[in-house]
Amino acid sequence: MVSTKSIASQNFAALSRKLRAFSSVVVTLLLTFIGLTAITFTIGRVMPADPVLAVIGDRAPQAAYERVFKEMGLDKPIYEQYFRYLGELSRGDLGTSIMTSQPVSEDIKRFFPATLELSTIATLIGVLLGIPMGVLAAVNQGHLLDHFVRIFGLIGYSVPVFWLGMVGLLVFYGKLDWVAGPGRIDVYYDGIVKTVTGFILIDSALAKEWDIFHNAVSHLLLPSVILGSFALAYIARMTRSFMLDQMKEEYILTARVKGASEVSVIWRHAFRNVLVQLITIVGLTYASLLEGSVLTETVFSWPGIGQYITTSLFNADMNAVLGGTVVVGTCFVAVNMISDLLYKIVDPRARS
Amino acid sequence: MISDIKYLSYIGLKAWLLSSSPKSPAQARCQRVYLAWVSFRANPIGMVGLVIVVVLVLMAVFAPVLTNSDGLEPNLGNRLQPSSWQHWFGTDQLGRDIYDRIVWGSRITLYIVGLVSIIVVPIGLAIGTVAGYLGGWVDNVLMRITDIFLAFPRLILALALVAALGSGIENAVLAIALTTWSPYARIARAEVLSIRRAEFILAAQAQGASSIRILLRHIVPMCLASIIVRLTLDMAGIILTAAGLGFLGLGAQPPLPEWGAMISTGRQFLLDQWWVPTVPGVAIFIVSLGFCLLGDGLRDTLDPKASDR
Repeated sequence: MVSTKSIASQNFAALSRKLRAFSSVVVTLLLTFIGLTAITFTIGRVMPADPVLAVIGDRAPQAAYERVFKEMGLDKPIYEQYFRYLGELSRGDLGTSIMTSQPVSEDIKRFFPATLELSTIATLIGVLLGIPMGVLAAVNQGHLLDHFVRIFGLIGYSVPVFWLGMVGLLVFYGKLDWVAGPGRIDVYYDGIVKTVTGFILIDSALAKEWDIFHNAVSHLLLPSVILGSFALAYIARMTRSFMLDQMKEEYILTARVKGASEVSVIWRHAFRNVLVQLITIVGLTYASLLEGSVLTETVFSWPGIGQYITTSLFNADMNAVLGGTVVVGTCFVAVNMISDLLYKIVDPRARS
Repeated sequence: MISDIKYLSYIGLKAWLLSSSPKSPAQARCQRVYLAWVSFRANPIGMVGLVIVVVLVLMAVFAPVLTNSDGLEPNLGNRLQPSSWQHWFGTDQLGRDIYDRIVWGSRITLYIVGLVSIIVVPIGLAIGTVAGYLGGWVDNVLMRITDIFLAFPRLILALALVAALGSGIENAVLAIALTTWSPYARIARAEVLSIRRAEFILAAQAQGASSIRILLRHIVPMCLASIIVRLTLDMAGIILTAAGLGFLGLGAQPPLPEWGAMISTGRQFLLDQWWVPTVPGVAIFIVSLGFCLLGDGLRDTLDPKASDR
């Protein structure tokens, strides 16, 4: 009786600990979101000399100016304006873009899948190749692969991604003609496939337009491999270093003494502990690829949100810039928090 | 000091640096630096990084001697020349010597990383040490703020900020600094927490030293090693972000020979005159790599705990 009771109370304690961890993540998420919106709000409504001009442009007539001034609530105190801004955000209202004269949220719906497609595939490349490479490098410390991972990691930290993309285009598109050039698909394929998910690979496969599918793969290949190798460099380096830490632990020695095979020691004992730490690393990689899209998309003329933000920026389209910033920022924060949360759920120390 | 020098000349420099009973605080300090240097020297990777960074600094200092032009004056009769004895790295679309521009650009790179460091380190140190030393609600509030900044997307925020403030080096620096300081606060706080209860702090408190004095004289110096290591490791990221902003046209403006902006303006010549955008990229790569390697070496020397081999 006593033992079942204590098990029940243990379970309860574990649950409440998990809940507490969860709520602390949610609180951080909320605070971070408030911080993020406070900054975009400051950039958009407080910092510009005249926020109205920033929205409607300086050629608008006086009547329009006054109307927008009222509409933006600029006659109200600043905190009220901020709450208004939060309200608009929560309804998905990011204002209207001057450049496309459409709601910014509509634009972002159109552009975001391209970014998501690219960074997801790049992350996949990084995870699928980087983790095994890191493990093998740690197990064969000092061998060729180990040096390769270390050097590759250093290069990944030091090469400007936009430059590598450019050189990649020069070599593989310009000189060798192995892959398609900038853009997501060739122009004459544009608009043939109906947009269902926004992911061109899925959409074209659904529509059974295999020519377009191949064309899209060919366009996607270079940017995703280049972004993927940055992900790979980071993931492999971190996996290697986590693995080295684990392989020094005593439980590894115990497993070996008990006669476990080397494969089992590496993958079943050491790697399972590394896996927990890797969740954070993969989350971080994914988030930074989403954010880093600004540079890659410019190089590859990739019609994603990064390019949307930069072109809007040069057209002084503040609503679009800030809307994009909020969306990318929220995704960045959310991915980070989700990986944090997963870490807390999966980590056996937080569980027991 | 005079007795130091007399003593030094008596026993010789090396013995003075290695003596097991230093005669003055200055001697003890010199000994620490010397021992760190000895251990750093044995690290080939760190030395390569040091050489790269020193060459960068020398390039910036001696730019007028090393170049034939100021890298700004167009010379249209000479445009897009390939590499030659006269123009080592060729010339760009306005006929300016790319080598000269790279050398002058080293000043901009150093200016950016220097300015970011000057902003970021004091802010991080102040917030981190105050939070760690005072504890309680001050710690809570300051660390929440730090966490918020830690979770921010760096490039996107820099972009939005530059969009509001206008393009230019100083605004790019400000934007980078705003998104870079938070890890320093974390590091400083962690260091403070580990030494807050140390006896030398208690001794200083018992002697009636004020909090500010304890923070500045006793705690901050203890944080500097890990801060310097982190800063060196961050340099590559700072250089890459600045170059990225330059590339997008939001950092340094043409005709300034900022390397990222050089890549951006040279982009249209990629297929036929590949050297125009390629050479500045190599420069960015080498300099970032140099800082990475130097940081790795410094970490092994100054902060062996944190080194991941």
